[in-house]
Amino acid sequence: MSLSLFLIQMLNGLQLGVLLFMLSAGLTLVFGIMNFVNLAHGSLYMMGAYFAAAAYARTDSFLLAALVGIVGSAALGFAIERIVAARLYARDHLDHVLATFGLILFFNELARTVWGASPYYMNVPQALSGTINLLGISYSAYRFAIIVVGLLVALGCYLLINKTRVGMLIRAGSSNPTIVAALGVNIKLLNAAIFALGAALAGVAGLMSGPILSVQPGMGEPILITAMIVIVIGGIGSVRGAFYSALIVGVIDTAGRAFLPMILREFLDRSTAQAAGPALASMLICIFMAAVLALKPQGLFPVKNQ
Amino acid sequence: MMMRNKISLGFAALVVALLLVVPVYASWAGEPFALTFMARVLVFALAAISLNLILGYGGMVSFGHALYMGLGAYSVGLLAQHEVTNGWVQLGVTLAVCGAVGLLTGVISLRTTGIAFIMITLAFAQMFYYLFVSLKQYGGDDGLSISARSDFGLFTLASPVTLYYTALVLVLAALFFTHRLVAARFGMVLRGCRVNERRMKAMGFHTLRYRLSAYVLSSMLCGLAGLLYANLTGFASPAYLAWTVSGELIVMVVLGGMGTVFGPLAGALVLLISEELLKALTDHWMMILGPLIVLVVLTARRGVYGYLLDWDAWRERKRVAVLPESVEGQP
Repeated sequence: MSLSLFLIQMLNGLQLGVLLFMLSAGLTLVFGIMNFVNLAHGSLYMMGAYFAAAAYARTDSFLLAALVGIVGSAALGFAIERIVAARLYARDHLDHVLATFGLILFFNELARTVWGASPYYMNVPQALSGTINLLGISYSAYRFAIIVVGLLVALGCYLLINKTRVGMLIRAGSSNPTIVAALGVNIKLLNAAIFALGAALAGVAGLMSGPILSVQPGMGEPILITAMIVIVIGGIGSVRGAFYSALIVGVIDTAGRAFLPMILREFLDRSTAQAAGPALASMLICIFMAAVLALKPQGLFPVKNQ
Repeated sequence: MMMRNKISLGFAALVVALLLVVPVYASWAGEPFALTFMARVLVFALAAISLNLILGYGGMVSFGHALYMGLGAYSVGLLAQHEVTNGWVQLGVTLAVCGAVGLLTGVISLRTTGIAFIMITLAFAQMFYYLFVSLKQYGGDDGLSISARSDFGLFTLASPVTLYYTALVLVLAALFFTHRLVAARFGMVLRGCRVNERRMKAMGFHTLRYRLSAYVLSSMLCGLAGLLYANLTGFASPAYLAWTVSGELIVMVVLGGMGTVFGPLAGALVLLISEELLKALTDHWMMILGPLIVLVVLTARRGVYGYLLDWDAWRERKRVAVLPESVEGQP
């Protein structure tokens, strides 16, 4: 195993980590503030990817595609909040899970009907199709762009939540929505806006991953489950926790898939290693989550004020 | 006296009577599909009954219950692959494996409550899903076909009629078991934990022990459904433990009436029959089913059987309201 391979895998882990962060930030924001469990978050990710891919195929402009993907998924999020989610805030989590499960079935079938069951491909934009030289190793420019965008989004989230007036209201709304409403803030609009913001983040994740994964019905579910593992590890409701644990999970998952079969081959015979390696690698983050929960049921970076 | 004229009980009796004659109807009308379809309903009803035990009575929203169905199915599949078709051995292995996995994952998951519990049970189920997908020597993604059905000595599950009645007997036994269990001290403690766990702790109950026992019991019962399902389809596939199956099981429990003995069976019947009707209507049936589920959540919270019980309670109140006048004169 060479050093450059190791570095490339670490960068891939980072890239997966920032994608996971964009998904889990929206998920944990909506949960932390409205106490709403949105399983359909993965559908927003999928729809964002489809919107962007379809727009890119029509216009051939990646910027326009990005705009369509983000605005489209945000609008969809807004609509879902108004039509379904807002009616369920007062109910328990089971109802949230069920209703959003119904939405997932709907959106997967919608995508299959509109765009077909087979994967839909989105090209890497021309300007980012090459590789860049990073400390002596060449790395895909597009993947590097994902890392940069992801980190910028994380910075943006931090500034929005901690440094702006809207962020102040978001934080206040998470600890006491009734008082915030009594102070004359339109809490309904605020809730819908937060939901749309989470959806927009999912849309960004969807459009960025479009060119490296195939866009297909049901693409949101596996990554949604990983994003849930991220927020459970990070501490539910904590965006900061989601950021750190997304990076940790991204690196562990990527490194596990890349190196675990190699490491097992040192100890086990070839056929056993070939069977156990990939199985163990795909279970790795679940095992990690179980270990974290066994030690800290609240997650690694729990919300402090609760 | 109390048992008389209860609409919910009459309905339950009618459903059971109809279920008893399904094989007769299927052979008379020459529709073998009806038999296998209803057997599938019974298998899912059994799984839903097991989920209702912890979800309906214990308040534990397990979003990974399909895991145990998958483990049951693979217990049959993997053993049959190695030429062990003795049903009793398969049954023992199913119960042991589901019990062990239930105990292990239960100990970890039950450290958390609410949404974390939902997500952890989901994650554990996914973990096993990936495990079976990557077992290439046992079919991996494509699943594992089972050439020989479980052989219980006295009977085998090879004939659809035998399988159907075995499933029916198990469903009825599970319903009776639930009925007795929830009324027993154990069931009372479990229901108490759902309402207020801290209070149950203060009363001196070791609540974790009760909840864990219920969870393990439920996973073993669900494993039984998996064993039947493998025999029904002649197949064990990672798709059996996909998270959508867990979602469907929850929908069945809620649709039928959460925390009612008969609810899961009603829910399995209603959901699977509506799926079948929608499939006949259009290829894109999920586009209708999805919004329907949302609508059920938004409007009909008590579930089919829950409403029947409400109706009984309403009639009972009306009867009691009339009663005092007639007994007024007595000392």
